[in-house]
Amino acid sequence: MFDFTNITTTIDSYLQSVLPHSLATLVECALIALCVIVAYLVFAIIMIYMERKVCAAFQCRLGPTRVGKWGLLQVFADVFKMLIKEIIEIKNSDKALYNLAPFLVIMSSMITFSCLPFDKGLQVLDFNIGVFFIMAASSFGILGILLGGWSSNNKFSMIGAMRSGGQMISYELSMGLSLLALVVLSGSMQISDIVETQTQGWFIFRGHIPAFIAFIIYLIAGNAETNRAPFDLPEAESELTSGFHTEYSGMGFGFFYVAEFMNLFIIAGIASTIFLGGWAPLYIPGLDRFNEVMAYIPGFVWFLGKTFFIIWLLMWIRWTFPRLRIDQVLVLEWKYLVPIGLLNLLIMTICVVMGWTF
Amino acid sequence: MKFKDTYIGSILSATGSLLTGMKVTLKEFFTRKVTEQYPENRKELKISERHRAMLTMPHDKDGNNRCIACGLCQQACPNGTITITTRTVTDEESGKSKKVLDSYIYDLGACMFCQLCVNACPKNAIEFSNDFENAVFDRNKLIIKLNR
Repeated sequence: MFDFTNITTTIDSYLQSVLPHSLATLVECALIALCVIVAYLVFAIIMIYMERKVCAAFQCRLGPTRVGKWGLLQVFADVFKMLIKEIIEIKNSDKALYNLAPFLVIMSSMITFSCLPFDKGLQVLDFNIGVFFIMAASSFGILGILLGGWSSNNKFSMIGAMRSGGQMISYELSMGLSLLALVVLSGSMQISDIVETQTQGWFIFRGHIPAFIAFIIYLIAGNAETNRAPFDLPEAESELTSGFHTEYSGMGFGFFYVAEFMNLFIIAGIASTIFLGGWAPLYIPGLDRFNEVMAYIPGFVWFLGKTFFIIWLLMWIRWTFPRLRIDQVLVLEWKYLVPIGLLNLLIMTICVVMGWTF
Repeated sequence: MKFKDTYIGSILSATGSLLTGMKVTLKEFFTRKVTEQYPENRKELKISERHRAMLTMPHDKDGNNRCIACGLCQQACPNGTITITTRTVTDEESGKSKKVLDSYIYDLGACMFCQLCVNACPKNAIEFSNDFENAVFDRNKLIIKLNR
């Protein structure tokens, strides 16, 4: 497997040789930030286009076809429309928080995004509490949503933000439990370690039943975390116009929109990292020739393939089921997912202790 | 208490019904899409036979129509779209007088395509066609004389 640390260390040593240490570090930080932002935007564009096409296919339509070949320029047209919109000032709104909220949301999703391992060594943030850090970073996006709803002086925004708070904080729990079950299996919280272990078989196969249950719970909780249907109560357009971002226009709304799509990508990326082996190729013990062939496919192709497959799964769910009521959402979490998650964690621990995993 | 209402049973039945829903949408994902890309596919565009776009009166080769000028369609029309003018013709041999159609005026702009006129016609003299590209710049062009 090609190791991208070769490239990064080459760049690092070159910069260190021509620049003083502190300046070199600064330049590296700027370069990494640039890479993360560019990758973020590229994936956001792909995601929005994919959402439109997949949604259309599920509704027996063709989706965008007019703007550019196969509607490829549709997303750029959308962004351009958003950019030329007037940015409105809401009377009696809390201006500072109102303007801060979209940035909090997008910041949290960017930090989480930089934890994703795209290939061996192609990862921005990697340290020994990786999974824990992902949970922490992704959960402060809720702060932006709460502030945005609260500061825009609108009762619909307020209700949307409150629902979003209740929902996201609840589902964080079962998401954590399902990730914890896999941390028990891998014995490490470091993302690169977790993926490295999975080159000897993906965790969803090695952890068999408890890993599969954890995967299902993770997908449900992840869907709820991204505020997408059937858990889109925070924006519930038929009840709350559009919930917490009702009063936002132009790029303020654009940030919420992009962050929602990128959260979907991040959720899928984490699922593919933790459960399906990230950049690790498909490995079947015993079939050496097959494993060799699989290893020729570059790691980022594996990662993106798995990630987009999970995104497609989540979109399938999103365009199939109707929206839940707030009490049903909370019943699903507290009466079903949390007990099952706890039990699953116990089963996983027993399996690991008894050596019943592969 | 039925098994379906127990905790475990409810999880299983919920999973089953969710999977049924997902099966339906998955099938839809792979079926041929129904979207017609209209201006580009004008040549091979297929419109349902039942589509009602414009009232027509079919004429045979000699230019005769089946209309007997009974006026039932005019009475059936809720919008007053159809105006029929008639004249009386006296048959010279038998001496009987007969009402024949003079002009059948149809106002496409006022038509709501309910098909009540077609249903009312005892002779099937009028029918709806599929020619739907009827946009014009002058409203007067929408008032059409159907008979020849």
